[in-house]
Amino acid sequence: MTTLTARVSRLGKPRKATYWVLAVFVLGSLFPFYWSFLVASRDNGMLTERVPPLLPGGNFFANAARVFDTVPFWKALANSVIVSGTVTLTTVLFSSLAGFAFAKLRFRGRNALFVFIVVTLAVPTQLGIIPLFIAMSKLGWAGGLQAVIVPNLVTAFGVFWMRQYTVDAVPYELIEAARVDGCSMIRIFWNVCLPAVRPAAAILAMFTFMMSWNDFLWPLVVLDVGNPTVQVALEKLQSGYYVDYSLVLAGTTLATIPILIVFLLLGRQIVAGIMQGAVKG
Amino acid sequence: MTTTVTREGTPAGVRRPAPRPGLRDRLSRWDVKASPYLYVAPFFIVFGIVGLFPLLYTAYVSLFHWDAGDDNPDFIGLDNFKELFADAQFWHSLENTVSIFLLSSVPQLIIAVLLAALLSTRLRGATGWRVGILLPYAASLVALGIIFANLFGPKYGLVNGLLQTIGLSPVDWQANRFASHVAIAIMVNWRWTGYNALIVLAAMQAIPKELHEAALIDGAGTVRRFRHVTLPLLKPTLIFVTITSTIGGLQIFTEPKLFDAMPGSNNGGSTHQFQTVTLYLYQTAFENFDLGYASAIAWVLFLIIVVIAGVNYLLTGRLARTPRRKG
Repeated sequence: MTTLTARVSRLGKPRKATYWVLAVFVLGSLFPFYWSFLVASRDNGMLTERVPPLLPGGNFFANAARVFDTVPFWKALANSVIVSGTVTLTTVLFSSLAGFAFAKLRFRGRNALFVFIVVTLAVPTQLGIIPLFIAMSKLGWAGGLQAVIVPNLVTAFGVFWMRQYTVDAVPYELIEAARVDGCSMIRIFWNVCLPAVRPAAAILAMFTFMMSWNDFLWPLVVLDVGNPTVQVALEKLQSGYYVDYSLVLAGTTLATIPILIVFLLLGRQIVAGIMQGAVKG
Repeated sequence: MTTTVTREGTPAGVRRPAPRPGLRDRLSRWDVKASPYLYVAPFFIVFGIVGLFPLLYTAYVSLFHWDAGDDNPDFIGLDNFKELFADAQFWHSLENTVSIFLLSSVPQLIIAVLLAALLSTRLRGATGWRVGILLPYAASLVALGIIFANLFGPKYGLVNGLLQTIGLSPVDWQANRFASHVAIAIMVNWRWTGYNALIVLAAMQAIPKELHEAALIDGAGTVRRFRHVTLPLLKPTLIFVTITSTIGGLQIFTEPKLFDAMPGSNNGGSTHQFQTVTLYLYQTAFENFDLGYASAIAWVLFLIIVVIAGVNYLLTGRLARTPRRKG
């Protein structure tokens, strides 16, 4: 028999089973990564064994070297870094600028334009790949990295996100004070607004980088086989009549390691960012 | 509070408008007027190029018999749409898409809500658990598609190995239509369940503790509190999560493309058993180079997404409202 107050004070206390269930989920989350590394560090013979080995073998570096021989993987890595880096920089900059304008500056049509941005969040841009491809071909951009970069310079999500944060983070008094001191708008943005919204900008940067790094459909459509991003190169590794899984999964492991490291280092902030976005959205 | 702005160089009379507007003044007024528009312009320019223009231009292209590289496409009116509605492969791919979408989003959302309920307890190492649950979100879809195609391989796949070890017969995950949908749905769920769980968790934590205490004092157990307190207050979040997963789910492309036993193919299996609409669109446009027909597919898919997102919105609203009335 427990008293009511005891029950109230125990409210929200986890049972042991909770930890077990969560542990199963985390192991499940990890497993495909581990499996891919397992195959990548052995040879294809492993896959025919009835009971697969549980520990990595010693062939990872040999398989990884074959990845670099089979597809232009260095080039793909460099391309992905250039694309994701540029897209992240411009998205954060343009989104912060627009967010600042929507949150703190008064101008005609402000509300209507912002509502428009929110509505465009629901437009699936994937479906526009055909005319976009035609346009890129006419511009002579097809095959070049600019064809992947330009469509992603800034996103509706980015603008929305930065606006929501800027509303609370930047006090009007600071802006007024800077105005009185004779600051131009762009200096107010740079010296007053940007330092205040840095946490939100950092989260946006992480999201954008991850999305851009993992983007597949559009780069596959618009880039050439000889000038791929990492994701396109991975797909090319797998194409063919015979799939060499040790080779292919060495490729996936190589492509996943950088983003996994970023994720594990910044995991706490990414989680906080997702949860914050959910409440505000 | 420090600003790096200095007063040096500011004219003494700046607080009161100078009698004759100098160049500096006019510049500053122009700055105030034009800056907001300049700052929001990049989005509208980019959206115009990659969002609005494609949507409208897709409608235009869909009225032509338009082969890739053709400089003088023939205008054929709505013939592409007529052909599309009679196209068995299109309906087949739409069925596949809806089937995969339901098999993924329904269990995904249910598990995400339950997972969020577990995560919302006062866990030790809470952040660690959250990061662990979110891990799949960092994976690339391509890597994921390849890894799962391997795990679900018909002969040497780990999943079939396990099934045989516990005495069940192996499943041909790629050849069997329903099984292939299940496998692809598992892939989708693996990536997104944790992400959705965190979004739901955020909403759960915003529920005031007093409400749970009051319900407990009224004698409500865990399950009843979950149904009558937690769920109704999660309504806006559930709508949000359902709609985003609908928009994503109906456009599913990467997973079925990489699941093929013939890698690089866009068929979605030998009899198109797991070809989705977006995969069919891609095949039509960039393998068969029939841009007009592909544009018709894109527009029909767009309308379907809008309609289903709308239905979702109404349905989620109703489902989440009922328990509150009773409570």
